[in-house]
Amino acid sequence: MSDAALTAIAIAPRPRGLRRLWRRHPTLMIGGAVIAAMVVLAIAAPLFAGNPLTMDPMHRLRPPSAQHWFGTDTLGRDVFARTVFGARISLFIGLTVAFGAIAGGLVVGLLCGFYRRFDAVVMRVMDGLMAIPSILLAIALVSLWQGGVPVVILAILIPELPRDVRLVRSIVLGVRERPYVEAAIAGGARTGKVLRRHILPSTIAPLTVQGTYVCASAILVEAGLSFLGAGIPPSIPTWGNMIAGSELYLALAPWTIFCPGIALAVLVLSVNLLGDGLRDLLDPRLSRHP
Amino acid sequence: MGAYIARRLGSTLVVMAIVGLIVFLLLHLAPGSPAAIIAGDNATPAQIDQINHQLGLDKPLPVQFVIWAWAVLRGQFGTSIFSGVPVMDLVMQRLPATVSLTMVTVVFAATVAVTAGVFAAWRAGGILDRALMGVAALGFSVPVFVVGYFLIYLFAITLRWLPVQGYVPLSQGFWPWFSHLLLPALALGLAYLALIARITRASVLEVLAEDYIRTARAKGASSLSQLFHHALRNAGVPIATVIGIGIALLISGVVLTETVFNIPGIGRLTVDAITNRDYPIIQGVMVVFAGVYVVINLLVDLSYTLIDPRIRH
Repeated sequence: MSDAALTAIAIAPRPRGLRRLWRRHPTLMIGGAVIAAMVVLAIAAPLFAGNPLTMDPMHRLRPPSAQHWFGTDTLGRDVFARTVFGARISLFIGLTVAFGAIAGGLVVGLLCGFYRRFDAVVMRVMDGLMAIPSILLAIALVSLWQGGVPVVILAILIPELPRDVRLVRSIVLGVRERPYVEAAIAGGARTGKVLRRHILPSTIAPLTVQGTYVCASAILVEAGLSFLGAGIPPSIPTWGNMIAGSELYLALAPWTIFCPGIALAVLVLSVNLLGDGLRDLLDPRLSRHP
Repeated sequence: MGAYIARRLGSTLVVMAIVGLIVFLLLHLAPGSPAAIIAGDNATPAQIDQINHQLGLDKPLPVQFVIWAWAVLRGQFGTSIFSGVPVMDLVMQRLPATVSLTMVTVVFAATVAVTAGVFAAWRAGGILDRALMGVAALGFSVPVFVVGYFLIYLFAITLRWLPVQGYVPLSQGFWPWFSHLLLPALALGLAYLALIARITRASVLEVLAEDYIRTARAKGASSLSQLFHHALRNAGVPIATVIGIGIALLISGVVLTETVFNIPGIGRLTVDAITNRDYPIIQGVMVVFAGVYVVINLLVDLSYTLIDPRIRH
């Protein structure tokens, strides 16, 4: 881990440190705060949001009011409840794909950086995967394997992998030439131990940053897939499904599209801001303001 | 140079072969037999047997791959399950709309992004710079379809300046064609614009610190000449690269944009194919789009020597 990261961990828990963090990395704090708020709302959804599935055809397409904060959709369902419950899916998919892609990228990337022959084969496959537009690959996987949420997660994860593998691989190739790694190898350390003790720590900071970007991208792709009808089944309230189901009512009831749309944009923006902030914090050399 | 082009062409062919293998295996490793998938949900066992025989699915997998790849090389992706029309014919029919949309988007986004990026770097930290970086952050975060519906709501439904949806071929006049593409290109181009603007700003900022820029300033070159003649030219390689890589982003966005704006292009063809589980179409479109992406990146790589004569392969 870099010195900057160690310093950050050392100062983070103190209130004075928090204030300093706010002054130096406002994007990190804003992104983090909005995400934290959304996570709390999503977890507590059943306590306050009401039922997202209850239909009330008598009160369909009603504009926002005191009773229905975000109005109602074409079946008279409460858009606020659906938006809050939709956050659960988006957050779940974003986190699962981020952890999955980082774990996968780490394992494959470490092996690629250390075993030449494995590397030659795997990197060609990654080049091939990168050439196929991610949403098309995901559509093909979902429409062939048909099987709900786990398949959607895999379909989003697989096109994300090549970038993470490449990142880890480039770090390994850089670090393995360092004297302390050469010394460990010369000292007779087994490959597994070299990877774990001497190379793995260098990947933690960049992978944390990369993980946030993967998370943001996964949330966008899931919404896109649901919007196209190739994602989570339409009976489950997700932001993509809500927008797809309200397509015809844009002129009549714009809130049915813009409420989930804005929630989606705010969540993704916050995750991206958190990522930018983490990048500046963990690796000042990559800062956007050189 | 010749050797470099040959090597680069070789690796492009390898990538395309792997794309072919991935697309082929997707169908053959999926649960259920490929014949059952190709025949559709309502097929009888006799029909499935017939397809198995027709497509040579009773042969070993490597043999099947070679046969399939040979057909693909000759532009034969099979026929659509739903309409019975050859996939390549469907793709060619839909091509003009998609190419129109992509061209308008690339020209618009690249021009705006490069110009704005250069000026943002010139006055780094200034109002334009902050505004541009704000737009860039939004561009990465707001999905294409949300931007699309917002633009339709504002410019087509509320202000009534532009048509809501649809596509008119160029043969029916420039303005009808262009007015239908304006909003889709804006929606599709936002993320692309954000990407190019960020890279342009960063690489111009780096070049502006070089000695030859100071020399240019000292000999009295105007600000515009300094920026566009001296700085942009030298910052060109990363910008060209990102314009090429960004095409992948654009292709994914095309599928969503065509759905929002009801444009009868290749993206729309794909989305309709999902509903019908028309797998040959999805397969064909994946290979075609991957081919476009690979060729564009090849051209970008080869353009490096034109942009920067210092690069020798």
